[in-house]
Amino acid sequence: MNETYSELAGIVGERYVSNEPEEKFIYSRDQGTMEPCDPDFVVMPDSTEEVRQIVLLANRKGIPIVPMGGGLVLSGLSRPLKGGVVLDMKRMNRILQVNETSRYAIVEAGASQGMLQAYLKKHHPSLKHSVPDAPPIATVGGNVLIHGSGHLSHAAGFHSEMLNGMEAVLPTGEVVRLGSCATSPYWFSRAPLPDLAGLFLGWTGTTGVVTKLAIRLYPNRPFNDVGVFVVEDPEIVPDILHRVTGVGLAEDISAWMTPKPDWAEGFIHINVNYSADSKDELGWKKNLIRAPLRKYMDEKTGGFMMLPLPMKKPFLEAPASQLTRFADVRKGGGFEYVGAIMPIELFPEAHQMGLDIAERCGTTYSTGARIIGMGHCMMFFFAYPFNRADPSDVKRAGTALEQTNRGALDMGGIPWKAEAPAQKQILQRMDENTRELMSRVRRMLDPKGIMNPGNWEVD
Amino acid sequence: MEHFDILHRCFRCGYCKLPSNYSDLNCPSYLNFRFETYSPGGRMWLLRAWLEGEIKTSPRFAEILYSCATCGNCVEHCVFPKFKDDILKALIEGRERLVETGAVPPAVRDYFKSIHLYGNPYKLPEADRAKWTDGLDLESYSEQEYLLYVGCVGSYGERGQKSARAVAALLKTMKISFGILGSEERCDGNELKSMGEKGLFELIAEENIRKYKKLGVKKIVTLSPHSYHAFKNEYPLLGADFEVVHYSQLAARTIRKIGFKRSEVPVTVTFHDPCYLGRHNKEYEAARKILGALPGVQLKEMDRSGKDALCCGGGGGNVFTDILGAGPHSPARVRAREAAGTGAQILAVACPGCSRMLDDAVKAESLQDNLQVMDLAELVATRLAPE
Repeated sequence: MNETYSELAGIVGERYVSNEPEEKFIYSRDQGTMEPCDPDFVVMPDSTEEVRQIVLLANRKGIPIVPMGGGLVLSGLSRPLKGGVVLDMKRMNRILQVNETSRYAIVEAGASQGMLQAYLKKHHPSLKHSVPDAPPIATVGGNVLIHGSGHLSHAAGFHSEMLNGMEAVLPTGEVVRLGSCATSPYWFSRAPLPDLAGLFLGWTGTTGVVTKLAIRLYPNRPFNDVGVFVVEDPEIVPDILHRVTGVGLAEDISAWMTPKPDWAEGFIHINVNYSADSKDELGWKKNLIRAPLRKYMDEKTGGFMMLPLPMKKPFLEAPASQLTRFADVRKGGGFEYVGAIMPIELFPEAHQMGLDIAERCGTTYSTGARIIGMGHCMMFFFAYPFNRADPSDVKRAGTALEQTNRGALDMGGIPWKAEAPAQKQILQRMDENTRELMSRVRRMLDPKGIMNPGNWEVD
Repeated sequence: MEHFDILHRCFRCGYCKLPSNYSDLNCPSYLNFRFETYSPGGRMWLLRAWLEGEIKTSPRFAEILYSCATCGNCVEHCVFPKFKDDILKALIEGRERLVETGAVPPAVRDYFKSIHLYGNPYKLPEADRAKWTDGLDLESYSEQEYLLYVGCVGSYGERGQKSARAVAALLKTMKISFGILGSEERCDGNELKSMGEKGLFELIAEENIRKYKKLGVKKIVTLSPHSYHAFKNEYPLLGADFEVVHYSQLAARTIRKIGFKRSEVPVTVTFHDPCYLGRHNKEYEAARKILGALPGVQLKEMDRSGKDALCCGGGGGNVFTDILGAGPHSPARVRAREAAGTGAQILAVACPGCSRMLDDAVKAESLQDNLQVMDLAELVATRLAPE
């Protein structure tokens, strides 16, 4: 163990490697309900070359490696289930290039969402990236690699779909470039080459360590607004979403359901965010977005909320800090949610399941959905805050999460960034040949099984 | 522990690591060490684990607790209302617990010993406290309007003495009625309080309060924002009722009445907000008012200024204990680079601790040919019209 420590220190410098109990404690857990798993080492590389050397060392010694971004995934994916090295990537946080004309940015994997947001605002104010509602210290890379979504996901899909290319260190130590950057000095797209980026998307660090990414940027228009459409009947929500996404003008569409504040109880709120280059354009867009919902307004089964400016402000904020504040509703610092990816027609069923599980588990419901693409699917979330200091409350939240994962699968959805136990549920229902293909791909890329073992594995 | 029940409520969302615009890391210890353990959230989770016996007392744990510069960035940027007000209080209470165990870092122990034995962290005789006044012809305090308090750094530190002399001269220029205690002045104890030595702090504070009351002190003007903070916020809890101002606040009131040179060589200045004046006491305008009144001075703000200022790393006793260290990622060196990046020739400060930290950092970065660290009072002196 001492020899491994010395070798790691030789790669990154003693200052950036630890096997002390304090780091082992903090890096063994996250804010969610999953049990802690101690790492043997926490290491913070500063370059692709350092990552490569660490991977080669781990490969030689058969030590597991668990890459970690912001550590905010909540579902325990960066816990080292079989010990080994947690690779905290946040020293690799450089913004390497912004191509203003072709609208993309190249960043190191540990660059934070907030840092990129601030950088663009200062140096390229006409551009923005899709910001998830995770806190701003979350990394761009982490969110792309887990198929995250954000404030431009209605317009442009999952964050993984906004990926132009990447650099990654394979589990055997080779550094590869995927996408146009494999062939060209420009990181403009993943087409037209065979799309190998998928080998790293959604795999939760089980296929290699991504060190650089290029993501798409979008126009940052100066005029922004939000409309909140309110309905009571969940059965009409899929049609509403179908209609409003069909207009194709919104940047972000999300629904939220919660009994607090009191005026919100029993209603489904659908936020539609849009932007424009002028006030006139903003007005036109507002009218165009409202037009297909006229039917529901005339029937008086739905209508847009009157929103004074102070109420609009939190809905226009990216990331939405009020979502982070929600984590403390039980005064307990614990929070986890199931975000299930599913088609929008499952909205009523998912909504009802959220109500049922909350009632069964003795908690208040808090659910919502972010629409991905032009209504192609949604990330429906079921949120469970809990008190970390109360083991029974942690258990209650864990039970609710487990039931939710199963329920989401039962109705045809798929849990996103699923906890290790939920991954097993997914694999059990997966097409057998696909499951075998996944195993074969992993064995081929990672013959020694060092990459985040315990995830995406069938016992 | 009074704050035990809030420790687990930290969600570790990380807003506390950043400034308002998220542009860079703004927690001095996290910026420097980069392990999650050295972030405010990591520290809170560890403190709870330590109190519950999940981790043991260790030099690493002690270093983690004492690497916090108590700059207040976490309190400023935490998104949880009410809870945020207790973040630093909980940390300091944790330090108090560690003090009780006798397991504080050696540098912290040495600091406590120095104050206990010598009354100052420089291990110099109390009789030397007045040396900074040599040649200044300052009056001893005898019911003048203000007591000028310069503290340990202003009394003994080479850099601090220069600031103290400049402040005294500025007060004279402004025709402020003030006196000093000279060799009778004692440590204010602010760093002791932030380092968890509550008992010694209270002894010192109570002695100072008794002395000031006996002398008839009604108003105190301080050189250091740390002294200002202690007198303004901590001493009243022990019975003090003095009116307290930082010298920049006093100067801002009268700066327009001072006679400056008619024409002066233009100079670009950037201002570093001291944490104990800014975030801790919400004073952001006084220094800028002074700078705005100086002929030829153009203020160029750093990206991180006001409530978003990056701490120099000297708070919480670090100016003496140096637990944050002096490497290229130390907050002082990062700050020096940020200041130089504005193109300013002068990095203005209003705290003798910041002066020392940033002066050293400017030299370590080899920036001294382009960037000079100056106390506001020193800068004002360069602009005064000849009498």
